[in-house]
Amino acid sequence: MFFELFFQYLVAGLTYGTIYAIVGIGFNIIYNTTGIINFAQGEFVMLGGMTAVTLYGFLPLPLAVIGAVLITMVMGGLIEMVFIRWLVKPTVLRMIIITIGISILIREGALLVWGEGVRSLPYFTGNEISALSLGGVRLSPQVLWSIGVCMVIVLFLNLFFKHTMLGREMRACAANRDAAALCGIPTKNMITLSFVLSAGIGALAGCVVSPITYTQYSIGSGLAIKGFTVAILGGLGNSMAAVAAGFILGILESFSIWVLPTAYKDAISIAILLAMLFIRPSGLFGNKEAMRLKDF
Amino acid sequence: MLRIRNLDAGYGNLNVLRRVSIHVKPGEIVTIIGANGAGKTTLLKTITGLLKAQAGEVLFNGQDIGAMPTERIVSGGCSLVPEGRQVFPAMPVSENLLLGAYVQFKRGNKHEVERDLDRVYALFPVLKQREHQLAGTLSGGEQQMLAMGRALMARPKLIMLDEPSMGLAPLMVKEIFNIIVRLRAEGNTVLLVEQNARSALKIANRGYVLETGRIILEGEAEDLLANRDVQRAYLGRDAE
Repeated sequence: MFFELFFQYLVAGLTYGTIYAIVGIGFNIIYNTTGIINFAQGEFVMLGGMTAVTLYGFLPLPLAVIGAVLITMVMGGLIEMVFIRWLVKPTVLRMIIITIGISILIREGALLVWGEGVRSLPYFTGNEISALSLGGVRLSPQVLWSIGVCMVIVLFLNLFFKHTMLGREMRACAANRDAAALCGIPTKNMITLSFVLSAGIGALAGCVVSPITYTQYSIGSGLAIKGFTVAILGGLGNSMAAVAAGFILGILESFSIWVLPTAYKDAISIAILLAMLFIRPSGLFGNKEAMRLKDF
Repeated sequence: MLRIRNLDAGYGNLNVLRRVSIHVKPGEIVTIIGANGAGKTTLLKTITGLLKAQAGEVLFNGQDIGAMPTERIVSGGCSLVPEGRQVFPAMPVSENLLLGAYVQFKRGNKHEVERDLDRVYALFPVLKQREHQLAGTLSGGEQQMLAMGRALMARPKLIMLDEPSMGLAPLMVKEIFNIIVRLRAEGNTVLLVEQNARSALKIANRGYVLETGRIILEGEAEDLLANRDVQRAYLGRDAE
């Protein structure tokens, strides 16, 4: 009985861990190309989930998800073009505050469009009560969906950044924007692209976890804090580490319910965030050597 | 090839360059010498659009590039090897060079990039040896070579070098200057900004002396080398 309960908590932790990881990766992509922390990252997850629910009203599920991801990507690009692109040599602080403003704007916009209702997509395979039984542990197929999608995203991003021209150009832009411009790389387009990419990833995550965690207009800012914690915990800029950190945070939170009142669940991530920022800002997996070379 | 007229530039309210006019003709090495803070780097940054001019015009092959973004100036054939090399430290040498070829890829000259890469490796054999090493782990001289190689990958018509000798051992400085001469022999046009006035004037065709944001002297390189004011101020020779 003890082990069954243990694994049940573990699975719940992994499920939340994947979404934290994906939000953390979104932070990293934009941070890597622009040096800014985009606090509207959680809003992309919310937009993806909400748009998919709406589209599902008249489209089959796969098309609704794809449509939601594409729409959110366009939104991400537009946000960059309208609010960020035209700034002349903005300071990092100014850009961060702008992203906080954007997140409030999106949240309130979503409230107008969708209202306060809690929504969710149907389960991708099976339904609420269908479960795979793994040695006495009951596992919802949707959990496998979200873990699988997270893995695919990480794999795709790794291939993209390491082995494609475009990925290399984005990394160049991240490492030294002036030098990238001197190579003839249109740096502003790379920044737009990073917003498009992380919006798409966030939206996809929002769709996959929506059946389990539900979607509401206000989930974005909470997710942004969790995702930021994960990004810091893993080491800013490192997407693989964000995945590990996401699982760590998810599992910690999940087990905390075992010993602490549920109300303290959210305090865990804040506590970790503060502790990391004080003790080891380069993150658990941050390589000091690489940090120095990378200059962030 | 490059013609600058009455250029004013600076940072914010700080005016650095005042009514600077220079020109560079195809196939020559032109050097701009001057002390720290004279505005040499500011001038190159303004030409490449990293800094916007406050007044004046910058013509490159007859086209006004004053308001263009950096990437368009570079794809137009005007490349800068920036001060302090500015290589991409966390990427290997080969990737740094391929990024330099960005404009070639965009022009659709994909098949030529391979040849250009061989050409750069022939010019800097040490880069070939270090091909897979992270650029941040190279020595200062090797990074300078990498920065030059990266700029050459774009097939520039004009290549501008900002203090290539800075912080390098004397032997390495000599090698870098030999390579600059070789670049001219291969038909390149070079605008060289240097504090190392003697070495720069020795290889240049013409030179300008920049002092606190103004061009105070210009002429053939050998005339400047023989000029007593230049000797006293920049070549470390006391007038008897």
